[in-house]
Amino acid sequence: MEKLILRRVGMDHPDSEEMILNFGPQHPSTHGVINFIVETDGEVLKKAVPDVGYLHRSIEKIGEGVAYPGFMPYTDRVDYVAAMFANEGYALAIERLLKIDAPPRAHWLRAISGELVRIASHLVSVGTMAMDIGAFTPMLHGIRERETINDLIEELCGARLTYNYHRIGGVAFDAPNGWRDRVLKFLDHFDAFLVEFDRLISFNEIYIRRLANVAVIPGALAIDYGLVGPNLRGSGVDWDLRRDLPYGPWALPEFREKVKWSVPVGTGFMGTPGDCYDRYYIRCLEMKESSRIARQALESLPEGEVMAKVPRKIKPEAGEALGRVESARGELAYYVVCDGTEKAYRLRARTGSFTAMGIIEDISPGLMVADLVALIASLDVVAPEIDR
Amino acid sequence: MTAAAAKKHDRTPRIGANPRGVVLGTLAIGLGLPSALFAAVLVLSPVTKPFMIDAFIRNVLGQDPATFGYRNLLYGLSVAILAFVLINFGAIVSGMTVWWEMRVSSRMQSRVGYNRVGAGGFFQWVADAVKLLLKEDLIPAEADQLLFRASPYFVLTGFALTFVALPFGESLIAADLNVGIFYLIAVTALVVVGILLAGWSSNSKWALFGGMRSAAQVISYEIPAGIAIMIPVLMAGSLSMQDIIRAQGPWPWQWFLFTNPASLVAFLVFFISQLAEGNRTPFDLPEAESELVAGYLSEYSSFRFALFFLVEFGNLWVMAAIAVTLFLGGWQVPFAGPELFAELKGTGGMPGLGWWALQIVSMGVFALKTLFVLNLIVWVRWTLPRIRVDQMMVLCWKYLVPFAFVAFVATLLWQILLVQVPVARPVTGFALVGATAVVAAFFIRQTRRNIAAAGDRVDLTNW
Repeated sequence: MEKLILRRVGMDHPDSEEMILNFGPQHPSTHGVINFIVETDGEVLKKAVPDVGYLHRSIEKIGEGVAYPGFMPYTDRVDYVAAMFANEGYALAIERLLKIDAPPRAHWLRAISGELVRIASHLVSVGTMAMDIGAFTPMLHGIRERETINDLIEELCGARLTYNYHRIGGVAFDAPNGWRDRVLKFLDHFDAFLVEFDRLISFNEIYIRRLANVAVIPGALAIDYGLVGPNLRGSGVDWDLRRDLPYGPWALPEFREKVKWSVPVGTGFMGTPGDCYDRYYIRCLEMKESSRIARQALESLPEGEVMAKVPRKIKPEAGEALGRVESARGELAYYVVCDGTEKAYRLRARTGSFTAMGIIEDISPGLMVADLVALIASLDVVAPEIDR
Repeated sequence: MTAAAAKKHDRTPRIGANPRGVVLGTLAIGLGLPSALFAAVLVLSPVTKPFMIDAFIRNVLGQDPATFGYRNLLYGLSVAILAFVLINFGAIVSGMTVWWEMRVSSRMQSRVGYNRVGAGGFFQWVADAVKLLLKEDLIPAEADQLLFRASPYFVLTGFALTFVALPFGESLIAADLNVGIFYLIAVTALVVVGILLAGWSSNSKWALFGGMRSAAQVISYEIPAGIAIMIPVLMAGSLSMQDIIRAQGPWPWQWFLFTNPASLVAFLVFFISQLAEGNRTPFDLPEAESELVAGYLSEYSSFRFALFFLVEFGNLWVMAAIAVTLFLGGWQVPFAGPELFAELKGTGGMPGLGWWALQIVSMGVFALKTLFVLNLIVWVRWTLPRIRVDQMMVLCWKYLVPFAFVAFVATLLWQILLVQVPVARPVTGFALVGATAVVAAFFIRQTRRNIAAAGDRVDLTNW
């Protein structure tokens, strides 16, 4: 194994002057436990090879061992920064297997909670990115706002991180009294915060120079490597599952009628399309859009049940289903094969962070050590989502 | 929630939220400790001069200084006491700077910050220091033992020696060397030797990266810093710290910063270079946490780590004090020219009380200006991101060095102009101070607008 890695980074020549650096697994900016085997020539990278698997918990295998409803809390652990989407994807897959649909209010709550969590996840992403570039203050400002979202989500489902909010056929709890107004109040504050955040860091000259034109991923290459979500849109590819392959609430005609929004796409805001700055700023724009979506959805929140009629014992007919959702880290899909029993025959999660890791090896040659940090941060990888 | 319960759960970092005894104790020590140190410097630095000791031998001991056998011993003893006081001053100022920086940064970042040890967490630096001293002094097996052990002392020496030529007040300086500023540049360069040794001897790749970055950075930025320092030297016609201050006046329009358009540029170049030499954000590349883990400090622990840390924060005072000396009028007290100092000092051996009072005022002026610049450095650190290695080099060689040279030549021409047109100096002073005030007013107005736009209340507390 070691030899293989050495050959991959081109260190099988004993007389080379390059240095091999183990960038991780315990490193402040690898966002969890990821290892990068980095070959450097001074400050310039020859290559950085990601070495994943330090956080593997065999969640997919667990999914084949527990009954369908029992797997829901495990999905939280697939992506604990934006657990709502990991819930939603699984719920969607099983609902498709059962051929049921959640009631409208549940769909609305899924969309609202999802957009709030998207904001929270993007706040962590842009904040840690600023921190990796060396600015500590924006990160804590982001965390401060996320704290309010955590409070709101806690009111909704009792959890602040691993929500376990979705159920097969709906959501676990209805919104409590006054929640709607509190969220709207937060969104008013948040829109002003975004302007301040841009002034604090997004338009900082040093920050722009650190990110613009760095680690450019062209759109075609992004598609080849299967990048998804903000990373793909940052490369200028206009693709968002919520609009292009609508699911759940996004597929409801009345929801689409009441909630108007747009998909921000990277156009080279400060440099080349697909550079680190695009991937960063696309997230700032998405937070703005998410706030807009959540506001409109809250204003048109219908009354009614939050759970569909679901059989007590969930035992779908044999078959297979794919639940794809647009997570904060891009497309998150659960592929479930059912053999007619209470447990899945095969469960597979497709996550955005895993494919994002693949492109690092291709993009890294010629970057500097500091740029590698920016690249990892701009891809917004979350270690549990890579390994599952 | 009742008011009492709200108060109980109130975790806001208000200093008044502590019991009165803790507040008073913290205030007493927090003000008393620096006051005692300043008082020691105040008393010792004029008294430990050779002519004062000669006077002591002549008047008190009744001996002839030329033939008194213990004269050299007395000289040595006085210097040792002064050195002890100064190195303690450096260490304690460094600790308090840590507290200050952490409080200011927590205010900037909407977090609670230090609030456990003493009122406002003031004694956190003592607790941290004690903790570090109790830790195991770990030396990696593969490290170069000797250099690894020695390098913190290089750093500390480079830091401690600066206090020899650092002024505190009108007559308050350990040694007013006639090459004062040159000496300061020379000894601060020792710090980079220590950092480079630390990086090399740790036998860690991260530490090596940090050491190399530090060497490249400090050596590069010494050039623009050196040229920028030449500008006040040219204007004062002396390398001595006290003479540079004496060439300026107490009012802003008499400071070197404003009396010459080129020195404004020089100040900026000097300030940026000092940030780089002190490894402060945006130039904290050698210890860039998100890139190099902890850079050259990666393998250090315990006392050796504490020494590095002490120097890093203590250097803030040194940086700020040098900037104040060169550009911001130093200890000059309004309405107190050199004649007043000479008059109050009298001709006898021991100066009168009025002279001592004036010394205290000059010391206070100098300390306040230094704290202001120090605070500026803290604000910069918690505002800006870090620049990249190549950008750091580009900034130095493509921008700062040419600007410093231009300012240097402009100052030469300016000095020639001043001989012909002496009125240019006050006119520029007033004009530049006015322009700065206008810019500051606009800045404050824009800041207020921005805060109002975000729906926040304007809160001017610094911590």
